[in-house]
Amino acid sequence: MTTHTEDYHAHPDATGHFGPYGGRFASETLMDALDELSAMYTKLKDDPDFRRQFDKDLAQYVGRPSPLYLAERLTKNWGGADIYLKREDLNHTGAHKINNTVGQALLAKYSGKPRVIAETGAGQHGVATATVAARLGLKCVVYMGAEDVERQKLNVYRMRLLGAEVVSVTSGSRTLKDAMNEAMRDWVTNVDDTYYIIGTVAGPHPYPTLVRDFNAIIGREARRQILDQTGELPDALVACVGGGSNAIGLFWEFLNDKSVEIYGVEAGGHGLDGDDHAAPLSKGRPGVLHGNRTYIMANEDGQISATHSVSAGLDYPGVGPEHAWLKDSNRAHYVAITDDEALDAFRELTRTEGIMPALESAHAVAYAKKLAKQLGKGKRIIVNLSGRGDKDVHTVAALDGLSI
Amino acid sequence: MSRIAATFERLKNEGRKALIPFVTAGDPRPDVTLPLMHALVEQGANIIELGMPFSDPMADGPAIQRANERALANGMSLRKTLDIVAEFRKTNQDTPVVLMGYLNPVEWMGYETFVKAAHNAGVDGLLMVDMPPEEGGGIVEHARAVGLDLIYLVTPTTTNERFDIICKRSTGWIYYVSLKGITGANTLNVDEVAERMSWIEQHTDVPVCVGFGIRDGETAARVAKVCSGVIVGSVLVNAIERLESESAVEISSQVSKLLGDMRVAMDRA
Repeated sequence: MTTHTEDYHAHPDATGHFGPYGGRFASETLMDALDELSAMYTKLKDDPDFRRQFDKDLAQYVGRPSPLYLAERLTKNWGGADIYLKREDLNHTGAHKINNTVGQALLAKYSGKPRVIAETGAGQHGVATATVAARLGLKCVVYMGAEDVERQKLNVYRMRLLGAEVVSVTSGSRTLKDAMNEAMRDWVTNVDDTYYIIGTVAGPHPYPTLVRDFNAIIGREARRQILDQTGELPDALVACVGGGSNAIGLFWEFLNDKSVEIYGVEAGGHGLDGDDHAAPLSKGRPGVLHGNRTYIMANEDGQISATHSVSAGLDYPGVGPEHAWLKDSNRAHYVAITDDEALDAFRELTRTEGIMPALESAHAVAYAKKLAKQLGKGKRIIVNLSGRGDKDVHTVAALDGLSI
Repeated sequence: MSRIAATFERLKNEGRKALIPFVTAGDPRPDVTLPLMHALVEQGANIIELGMPFSDPMADGPAIQRANERALANGMSLRKTLDIVAEFRKTNQDTPVVLMGYLNPVEWMGYETFVKAAHNAGVDGLLMVDMPPEEGGGIVEHARAVGLDLIYLVTPTTTNERFDIICKRSTGWIYYVSLKGITGANTLNVDEVAERMSWIEQHTDVPVCVGFGIRDGETAARVAKVCSGVIVGSVLVNAIERLESESAVEISSQVSKLLGDMRVAMDRA
C-alpha cells in the first residue's frame, strides 16, 4: 500500500506561490527591490551569524521562550479538553509582532537602508516596529488609518515616545488596508533608502515567507514544550487570523503532524450572515490585493469591502496567501467568532486565569471553548495567546458605557 | 495590424508623437466620460487611456485616488466602464482605447470573460498596474486570442535583465514611468529621461511612451522629442476635480482644452 503524503513545508515555490496564491502582484518600481530582498533573505536565513543574532535577540531582547501554560481553572470550567495557552502576550511590547520586527530589523540593517516604514492596524505592529527602530537608530514612519489612530490613542503615543512619526491615513475606509496602501506608496517613492517592514504574512513575495519564518519560533517552542510537559503532540491548535502571522507562526511547525487538527479563527464581527465582519476565508473568494493572490472580501464588482471587527488587528479584508492555500488543501479549518463571543471570552479568561488577552486573541479563546467541549476530556488544545489586552481596555470600557 | 500599431505607424509617417490622455472612467460622474473622450480626441488625443476605478489604487497619488473615489461613489463599475467604451466605438473606430487599472476587479469578473467583453466593447489594450509580466500568465493567452495588446511598465528601477523580459511580453507600446513614486508626484527630469530613453530605444522596436510628471505643454514637447509619445494624467484629473459640479459639456470642453494646449506645443516643437 502506498500513501501519498504532502510535505506542507515545501511551499512556497521559487516565485513565491502557494498553489495559486501568493506571488508578486506589485508595481514595477518595486520589483527590483523585492528581487534584492529575496536574494538577501535567501542568503541570510541559513547564515550562522544571522541565525545567531536573531536567536540572541529573541532570547535577550524579546524574552523568549514564551511559556506554554496549562490553564487548569479554565479547563475545569469548560469541562472538556485541556487548554494550553502559548503566552506570546508575555513578549516584549506585548504581542507576537516583535518576533517579526526583530527579524526584519536585522534585514534592514544588513540592507544598509537608514529608514524603515510600517503599516499598522491596532498599533501592535507599529509599536513593535518603532521599538526595533529605536534600538537600531533607524528613522521610522508608521502609517495608520485615521479611524485606528482615534481608536488606539495609547499605541499612537507609545510609537511617538519611541521616536516614530505616525502618519494618519485619511483615504479610503481609513483603516488597516488604507494604511497598507499608503505604506506601499511611500515605499515606491523612497525605495532607495527605505526598508518596508510588513507586519503580517501578506504582501508581495518574499514577505509572506519571511514573516512566517520569523514567527515560526512560536510553533517550534510550543511543539517542544507540549512534548516536554505531556510526552505527546496536541490534538488541536487554535489561533486568530487577521493577516494571519501569529496563526502561521504557531501552525507551521505542526503542518506535517497529521494527527494535529488546525483551526484558524476569523473575525465574525456582527455575524457572517451580514456584511459586518472580517472573514475572507469564510465568506470571501480568491482575488488580488496588496501584492498577493488570496481570499478577499469585495463587492460584486471586485471593489474591496470595508470590514468590521471589534478588534482592530483582525479588521482586514485579505489574509496571508499560505492560509488560503491551507484552506483549499483542507490542512487547516477556518472558522469565525463574533464580536460578542470574543468579548465574553476576553472577560472569562481575565476572571478565570488572571490573564487579559488582546481582543484578537480572545477570538481564539472563544473558539477553543467550543472545541474543548467537542473534543472532550483528555484531549489537548494549544491556543495562541498572541497578545495582551491592555491596549483594548478603552474599547471594552466604552462597550460597558464607561469613559476612562 | 492592431489599432494601436496602426496609430503609431501613422504618427511616425507624419513625424508626430502620440499624445495619450488618462482619465478615470466615471470621474466625476459616469455621464461625463463619453463626451470627455470625444472632446479629448477633437483636441488631439491619439490614444485614450481609461482608468478602471478601484477602491484601493496603491500606485496612485492623492489626485487619482480621489478620482477613483468619486467615480465609485457615483456608481461606476468595470461593466459600466466597458459599456462606455462600446458607446464610444459607435462613433469612433480609429482612436485606440487602453484600459488601465488594478487586477482585482478583473480577477473577480474572470480573465476570459473580461478579455472577451473588453474586446467586444472595442478596447485595444490593457495595462494592469499590479500585474508585472511574471504574474501575467493567466491573461496572456486570452488577450492574444482576441488581439488585445498587453502594455507593461518600465521604471527607473527596472534592471536591464527585467527590461528584456518586459520587452518580449509587451505589445502595443511600453510605458516608461519617468520617476520613482506615485502618479501626480514631482516633475520629472527631462535629461534623465532622455538618457534612459536612448538606451531603451536601442533595445526594442516597440514604441515607448513616457508618463508621470508631465504637467504642461513645454514638458510634453521636450519629453515627446525623445520617445514615441507622452501620457498625461494627473493634470487632467486635477482639472476634473476643480470642475466637479459643472455640466458634462463644460467639463469636457475645459479639460480637453488643457490637452489641446499640449498638442499645440508638441506639434510646434
